Amino acid sequence: MATSQGIEQVVALLQAQRDRVFRSWVQAVAVNTRGRRTAAETEQELRPMLDALLTGLSAGAVDANNPAFDELRAILAEYSRARARQGFTPAETSVAVFALRDAVLTALHDSNPAAFADFPAFSKLVDNLGLITFEAFVQARETVIANQTEQLLELSTPVVKLWEGIVAVPLVGTLDSARTQVVMETLLQTLVSTGSAHAIIDITGVPAVDTQVAQHLLKTVVAARLMGAECVISGIRPQIAQTIVGLGIEFGDIATKSNLADALRLTLQRAGLEVRKIARTS
Amino acid sequence: MPSAVTQSNPTESPAQQMDIVSDADVVRVRQAVRTLALKAALSIVDQTKIVTAASELARNTLIHGGGGSAQLELVHERERAGVRATFIDSGPGIADIERAMAGGNSTAGGLGLGLSGSRRLVDSFDLKTAAGGTRVTVIKWKR
Ligand SMILES: Nc1ncnc2c1ncn2[C@@H]1O[C@H](COP(=O)(O)OP(=O)(O)O)[C@@H](O)[C@H]1O
Ligand SMILES: [Mg+2]
Repeated sequence: MATSQGIEQVVALLQAQRDRVFRSWVQAVAVNTRGRRTAAETEQELRPMLDALLTGLSAGAVDANNPAFDELRAILAEYSRARARQGFTPAETSVAVFALRDAVLTALHDSNPAAFADFPAFSKLVDNLGLITFEAFVQARETVIANQTEQLLELSTPVVKLWEGIVAVPLVGTLDSARTQVVMETLLQTLVSTGSAHAIIDITGVPAVDTQVAQHLLKTVVAARLMGAECVISGIRPQIAQTIVGLGIEFGDIATKSNLADALRLTLQRAGLEVRKIARTS
Repeated sequence: MPSAVTQSNPTESPAQQMDIVSDADVVRVRQAVRTLALKAALSIVDQTKIVTAASELARNTLIHGGGGSAQLELVHERERAGVRATFIDSGPGIADIERAMAGGNSTAGGLGLGLSGSRRLVDSFDLKTAAGGTRVTVIKWKR
């Protein structure tokens, strides 16, 4: 019995004209990914989707969240994840689902106009399947981005050796708490592994120092002291200095310098080293 | 606590509404405030001050207020431009305002300088807090 959500006629049509619908579907999808997918590849990707769709429909499912569509949802999610990783756009990805609607519509039009009554329900199903591809796509992109962020965190926190026993961390960019944490841990580890007693933390490239960043800096200096190392904070530009004062942050007896050169001079001095101009002999 | 109340001052551009539910949101708010400060043509020092104040208040919204939102806008008053930022949460509110504003008192292991400090960094500071939530509005004018 046809219910208000009737879809039987579309199912019957899909079963009767499966090959024809499949071919026009593959063609429509291939047009959108021309050059990045061969027709054979597209066929291979779409065939399991059609199979899973028909399995669900034959079991009487109309709602995309019906357990009968478990398999289809899994295939769509995996397809979207792969596309996201390969750099396809969301539109290039979801077209695979939406193009099926057009393929079915054309087939209906040509062979069974009476079945149009079922089309809205089928169309809604396609919409919801499309949303599933979107969701999986976005999730996969977010994972990709999160991984890249993590890689960037590690890349952008180099600790450089300036001299025997002297290391420096040039901080560049926005310091969120995750990044500050990584920087500070890296610095403390490097102090140990290089046996350094002096460190310069240069914040020339940091656009703003708020109380959280300041607290991280202070904690690091204290931790370094516990390990027998002394830090200098350099690169405190005028706007940062004024803001720090405005916030009421005090660096206590921690040495601060406006530029890296001054910090290096102080550190060399502390290390008992001296840089001198020498008379050139020819 | 009312949210997203659009004020009907004709000289204002539409406010930008941003959720604050993660550390990354705090960074986004900070960047949006910097963009507005550039539009208002604030000096580098004043840009840094409003950006830092926004960073403090956004983090308070997140940490102490349990998350909330920011409303950012460019404002104009007698030919001068400014940046207004409002931070709204429906958290527990500040139990002891005097103590919180005195500076150096944190209930969460921080430096306790965010509220008192950001007040010094801006031109106008308005704090409303009750058991149902907190709302802080700050403005920095172009000099
Ligand atoms: N939005 C808020 N909701 C509830 N409590 C707050 C809020 N903002 C600040 N507070 C309270 O005020 C105190 C001081 O805030 P602040 O000066 O920013 O220092 P900190 O964030 O380092 O603790 C906080 O420890 C907290 O108890
Ligand atoms: Mg704070």
